[in-house]
Amino acid sequence: MTLSTPTPEEKTLPSELQPFREQLKCSFEMIDEVFEDCILDAQRRLSDEGIKAYLKGASLICMIGRGVEPVLQYMEVIPELAQKVGEEVITLISDGVWEASRTPNGVSIPPFMATLGEAGRRLGSLEHIQHYLEILFDMMERTTGSIHGHHTTEPSPGLPDLLNQMPYLLSQVSLEGLKNWVDYGVRNYGDHPERQRDFFSLQSADSRAMLQRERHGTLFADNERNLGIYLQALWQDKDYLVPYSTGFDELRQPVPYYDKLGMRIPDVYDDIIDNNNGNMLVSGIDRYRAVLAHMVAHRRWSSPIIADNFSPFQRITIETLEDARVEYLAIQEYPGLKKLWLSLHPVPIEGECNQEGVSCIRHRLAMLSYALLNENHGYQNKDILQTVSEFKALMQSKENTETKDIVNIALGYITRTRRQEDQAAKIFFDNTTVDYRDDNRRLWVFIEDGDEEEQFDDHENKKADEEEEIQALPPRHYPEWDYNTKSYRPDWVSLYESLHPSGNPADIDKLLEKHAALAKRLKQILDMLKPQNYVRIRYQEEGSELDLDVAIRSLIDYKSGSQPDPRINMSHKHDGRDIAVTLLLDLSASLDDIPAGSSQSLLELSQEAVSLLAWAIDKLGDKFSIGGFFSNTRHDVKYLHMKGFSERWDDDVKARIAKMEAGFSTRMGAAIRHAGHYLGKQKADKKLLLILTDGEPADIDVNDSKLLLKDAHKATAEQDSNGIYTHCISLDPKADEYVSDIFGSHYTVIDNVNRLPEKLPQLFLALTK
Amino acid sequence: MSELDIEQYKVTSEPYYEPQDNEVTWYQAAYNARLPVMVKGPTGCGKSRFIEHMAHKLDKPLITVACNEDMTASDLVGRFLLDANGTRWLDGPLTVAARIGAICYLDEVVEARQDTTVVIHPLTDHRRTLPLDKKGEVVTAHPDFQLVISYNPGYQSLMKELKQSTKQRFVAMDFDYAPAKVEASIIARETGVDADTAKKLVKIGGVARNLKGHGLDEGISTRLLVYAAHLMNQGISPTDACKMALVRPITDDADIRQTLDHAIDSVFA
Repeated sequence: MTLSTPTPEEKTLPSELQPFREQLKCSFEMIDEVFEDCILDAQRRLSDEGIKAYLKGASLICMIGRGVEPVLQYMEVIPELAQKVGEEVITLISDGVWEASRTPNGVSIPPFMATLGEAGRRLGSLEHIQHYLEILFDMMERTTGSIHGHHTTEPSPGLPDLLNQMPYLLSQVSLEGLKNWVDYGVRNYGDHPERQRDFFSLQSADSRAMLQRERHGTLFADNERNLGIYLQALWQDKDYLVPYSTGFDELRQPVPYYDKLGMRIPDVYDDIIDNNNGNMLVSGIDRYRAVLAHMVAHRRWSSPIIADNFSPFQRITIETLEDARVEYLAIQEYPGLKKLWLSLHPVPIEGECNQEGVSCIRHRLAMLSYALLNENHGYQNKDILQTVSEFKALMQSKENTETKDIVNIALGYITRTRRQEDQAAKIFFDNTTVDYRDDNRRLWVFIEDGDEEEQFDDHENKKADEEEEIQALPPRHYPEWDYNTKSYRPDWVSLYESLHPSGNPADIDKLLEKHAALAKRLKQILDMLKPQNYVRIRYQEEGSELDLDVAIRSLIDYKSGSQPDPRINMSHKHDGRDIAVTLLLDLSASLDDIPAGSSQSLLELSQEAVSLLAWAIDKLGDKFSIGGFFSNTRHDVKYLHMKGFSERWDDDVKARIAKMEAGFSTRMGAAIRHAGHYLGKQKADKKLLLILTDGEPADIDVNDSKLLLKDAHKATAEQDSNGIYTHCISLDPKADEYVSDIFGSHYTVIDNVNRLPEKLPQLFLALTK
Repeated sequence: MSELDIEQYKVTSEPYYEPQDNEVTWYQAAYNARLPVMVKGPTGCGKSRFIEHMAHKLDKPLITVACNEDMTASDLVGRFLLDANGTRWLDGPLTVAARIGAICYLDEVVEARQDTTVVIHPLTDHRRTLPLDKKGEVVTAHPDFQLVISYNPGYQSLMKELKQSTKQRFVAMDFDYAPAKVEASIIARETGVDADTAKKLVKIGGVARNLKGHGLDEGISTRLLVYAAHLMNQGISPTDACKMALVRPITDDADIRQTLDHAIDSVFA
């Protein structure tokens, strides 16, 4: 590398900067164009040592053979970055780039340089930048492919995509979160270039799900119950809360809304931080509450009005006033809401929107909205003042205002304030977005059918809809354990639950009659197990306390000279049964098999066994539920309820058991988690999950036979940590090979399947004695 | 038993009670017919206060027994004790009440073991007698004697259920938390806080009662609301007083605590 030949531009370089130019060993012409600016910038920000390192680094990057682009980026970004985090970062970056250029990943260098500016702003310390580089290099090394073993020849497929997403990623997650997310992608898609690209470009669903989990802020997923309780407690309202993703729709941010399917709210809210002192102004959970309170206020006090008669401007004005009206009513109920809403409401500055040809309609309405919420608004505009006083007068005039009452005030305001420019294409948006308010779609009914017809339903039917029980439940998502990576795949399995279809209950009665002799024997055992709760044992020589009556009698005996009874103590024993049991039936296709030496299929035998067991447990009075499951890939795991905890052993339940059918595969983990979900909510000292299965976990979309086995094992471990004891009853004679891998020592293999109806209740009694 | 001081069982100053319905008349009718009464209702809604109030109104002594699982029949009926000269019989509270013609109030009777509660049976039907088998005496109840039990159906479990044979000896009265307006006036009257504060306290009580069965076994009782008002009178800020008196005692569930704390902040803005 030689010094650059003189060019016209270089001649204009001031002579005092000439020595610097000579230190930069790079001859691209474009460098000369920007050199002066860059070096002046660097001089302002860096020490002499720093400038030396800076130019040396630039020379290094010039030598990697990636053209002028990386050099220019480097020269532009580094001075600011180095000033911010320290000058050590200069060599760190140039060495890093040099290293990367020695791998097949040279193509990623320009995007990498492009992320540095954002990284510097977000990360802000040398350690963090170092950490950031480590994450990138680690990812690069692990995804750079080799064809023949030792030479790495294939560039990392995902790296450019990752770098392109970096500004967004850094804005969403912490470095720790970034590392976890990248790790997950590399582990799962390391050897699959296309999927790797999908993952790192945030295209694939699990990439988003993973990222969601790592996000900062208050996640809906963590607070679903909390918010449900909030609705129930403060508003006596209840609906599905459906989160929508805020992360990926950059162009058009979704807005909260509610319709007959539920209340839609963002999946995450960050805390609002005061930029000046870093204090928290509004916490994420309070932002959720603000949204819900606003929507509930609409549900309670708004009634739809006919939209067709109003122009769009009139409609948004009515919406603004209606928002203010329901908030006013809600504040009457909970005065604290005012502070919360005010802290989230933008504060439009009077006269802020003053450009020619810009529509100020939103600005004017936001001002009105602010003035209606905050009496200390300080606005001078007489239209606003007049509308605010009209509004106040209306709200104070009667207790039960209605949506239609504010229409006239709204129309008056919009008519008085209309401007020619309102029609302009350019709209003033600053300080006008009230992000806790919903989009008011339920406020309007259209007489003429528009395209939106389906979004609106009758107000009259609203109440009825709410009371109607929802028949088809939305799927519930469960994670699945991947033993290869020792991590959960988030929301991997979709589980659909429903009631088991019903058959003829008389069939079950017949089965029970058939086993009448067995039932009689069981009944004797059951009577002995009947709960006694707290039992006092009297006449003890040693016990927990003195039995006063006996003691006095003994003393009287003693004083009167006869032999006293020394058994004057008593103790207590707890002899209650407080057990909740769920019986989980594997309904996979293999259940139709007829085992060797039997005339009945496994299904029929299971039916008999389950009926007897259910009868026995009902006699005992333990809390008991029955569920069955089968699966058809991870997208469709079915969980069928046969008996709920609150149901008695009656014809409804018998009818469901009579209709038991076999089909599809055995994805056990999700079913265990789901059964555990319900069982865990039962109040009982002991919780027992009995699983009746005839084979090992398997599904048609899984090739690795160990995967579902390990997942089921993990699922039982989860239940264990939840205080649920899991016990498996396997009908598979070969079960010994795998069943202990799942259930440890908590299993029973029934070799002679014909004896199942007898064994199952006995086993249950032995387990719970 | 002439040395027994009946006066100690009298309710001397009138306990404040705000009727929600005709319960005073009903109770009086039951007393006139000397029918045993069962009062049911959630904890802290005013059952015991009502009985005290009625005892005062009727000017009868009141003997209250708080029942517990360790209680034996002897604890109710009486037992022999030793003294220098040998043994001495000591009447239990139930026997005392039957002798002097008091109202005997068994509080939270389900807490007592079922075999213990059986001893009240002969007193609660037409016999109105109490056999003291150990002593060999049959106490015939004084004409003024009446038995009252209280019972909180909240903790429903198979174990904590009265026997049918016990249940069917009583006339029953249901109690519940008073309607918001009445409850607010009770709190104001009881503690001297202003009407607005009382109203806000009742509002918070209502919020928690909405959660009954959704994570709370019982809502916030009137008693706790009164406690909160007392704390405020001591100069504790309303939000702190509410958190201390209303939220911390009733639940350890983090989500519910957060929600109730938020409700308190919203109401006492």
